[in-house]
Amino acid sequence: MSDIHPQAETETRALVRLGRFLKDNPVIPLIGLLFLLIGALELMRPGIISPFWAGNTIKFAIPLAMLAACQVLTMLTGGIDLSAGIVATCAAFVAATLTPLIGPVPAMLTAMVVGAIVGLVNGFGVGIARVHPLIMTLGTGLIATGCLQVYQRYVIATGTDIPDILEWLGTGRTAGLPNGLFLFVPFAVFILWLMRYTGFGRLLFALGSNEKAAKLSGVRSWQVLMALYVLSGLIAALTGLLYLGMIRAPSLSLANPLMLPSVAAAVIGGTSIFGGRGSFAGAIVGALILRVIETMLTLARMPEGARIALFGLIILAVTALYVRFTEQR
Amino acid sequence: MSFVRKNAWTLGLIALFFVLLGVTRLIQPSFGVSGLESLARAALPFAFATAAMAVVVIVGGIDLSVASMMAVCSVTAAVLMQTMGGVPAILITLAVGALMGLINGVLIVVTRVPDIVVTLAMLFVWEGTALLILNSPGGAAAPFLREAIVGSVLIDGLPQALIVMAVIVALIWVPLKRSKLGLAIYATGSDENAAFRSGVAVGRTKAAAYAFCGLFSAFGGLSLLALTGIGEPVPGPYLLAAVAAVVLGGVTLGGGIGGLLGPIIAVFILRIIRTILTLAAVDPNVTTIVEGTIMVGVVMFGAFLMMRGRGPT
Repeated sequence: MSDIHPQAETETRALVRLGRFLKDNPVIPLIGLLFLLIGALELMRPGIISPFWAGNTIKFAIPLAMLAACQVLTMLTGGIDLSAGIVATCAAFVAATLTPLIGPVPAMLTAMVVGAIVGLVNGFGVGIARVHPLIMTLGTGLIATGCLQVYQRYVIATGTDIPDILEWLGTGRTAGLPNGLFLFVPFAVFILWLMRYTGFGRLLFALGSNEKAAKLSGVRSWQVLMALYVLSGLIAALTGLLYLGMIRAPSLSLANPLMLPSVAAAVIGGTSIFGGRGSFAGAIVGALILRVIETMLTLARMPEGARIALFGLIILAVTALYVRFTEQR
Repeated sequence: MSFVRKNAWTLGLIALFFVLLGVTRLIQPSFGVSGLESLARAALPFAFATAAMAVVVIVGGIDLSVASMMAVCSVTAAVLMQTMGGVPAILITLAVGALMGLINGVLIVVTRVPDIVVTLAMLFVWEGTALLILNSPGGAAAPFLREAIVGSVLIDGLPQALIVMAVIVALIWVPLKRSKLGLAIYATGSDENAAFRSGVAVGRTKAAAYAFCGLFSAFGGLSLLALTGIGEPVPGPYLLAAVAAVVLGGVTLGGGIGGLLGPIIAVFILRIIRTILTLAAVDPNVTTIVEGTIMVGVVMFGAFLMMRGRGPT
């Protein structure tokens, strides 16, 4: 922005400055939007906004935000993790079926190992075999679904049990707030710290902004991608465990409906799908926004079709506005 | 020689298909005309979904809403055929499909939101639209539509469904590929900036490609209706299958490379693998694992071949 076009600049300077400010602080307009939506909700149904409602909204936004973390981290490198929902389902199912057999702690650890294995395969495909992340994670998702169905055949007789700790995390409340926050707050702090203050986080941004430049500066991209997808698998598995405690009924498609909204939460949160830009704080607000919108659409008592369609339109409108404002791609 | 080299991937796929056909005969000696016919019928919606996906992948995009658009078209046709003749209903459905695709494309161009995100959002929109049109499976299919894909033509073993599909795809794709628009689609897919600087109307080209995607999806929806006889508002598993077949068929996810023949052969390969596994009495769940592994494996193999072809870098 030098002064090649001084007149044009004076006219648009305020807008540009606003855009730049929003670009640097993507969370602020999002929080504004969130409160706007909450205000609209209060107008639609006066008296709905209560501490209980807030607790409930937060409770159901937590697993969405955690899965969105998978998307934010992988999108930073220009990738995406479409296996996250299925990994979460697998982890939940494995934990629930193994608990009566080997006890809650080993069962949960096994569930995490499942996530790590899928992540390892993803990392191998994306980092070493250079398969497009979209294809790779779709493929591993398919494979994992099949494995889960075969596995189910063998454990159908043992019955399921949900570890107490997960139930406490998923359904309990402390001082009106859901216990899931005991898991989520440290998790969020860890992710934010990882993205902002560690070498690993910077490597993710570097790979996403310009992979060639990053490689020329000595980044071993396959190691970074390997670690990234394993981390993503672990996060997805952890989400699955938490979600299991919340729903308390393991099924073969438990967390799958969270998959596409998690991508939407990450995108609404200002993460660029092309890599190099993203924030987890934005994704958290994005998840909350999605949950509030869902409440609104449920309250409006529309037919299911109209609700689903409006949900899609709102996602599109929010992202389009966002792109307009910040002029990002 | 250059023909062979240029079409190596497609020719390889055809060879693979015939090998698999042979394997099927080995496992099940009675696999014959009727087996081929049912294979072709079952592959029909997958083939159209794949054709739809291939067009937008060639232009450098992706359309996650293909399965939802197919659902909208299937219920539209099913509802219309209750009250009016089959032919006008089909024409309206095709127009609806093309319009939906055009809306996707225009939104991508106008909002400048990445295509994955737009079509992800539109996936919900079209899914909801389908539910609004028809809340539960219902409607009716015109009898001639159902008969159009049954049986063989000319000689035994040449399934009519296959011919119908081949004729429709060829009638749309061959003139398109040879036209100015086709050239623009390939140019935009291989390098958007270069295409723009050479005077290609990139935005219009993209929107047109998405409209063709919608048109193929409409055929997919019609074939769904023809297969089942009722309109089904809930999208089927066509999205993943279409992406898999497109990639198997040699269309790269960056755009600009490949055609429709490869992906459609890939559809049949994936279907026949399913048939083989079923005939071999393999657990259908294992089949899912095998399909996923094949998809990932073939893509890795393709990347490996490309790296070798390019030589050490």
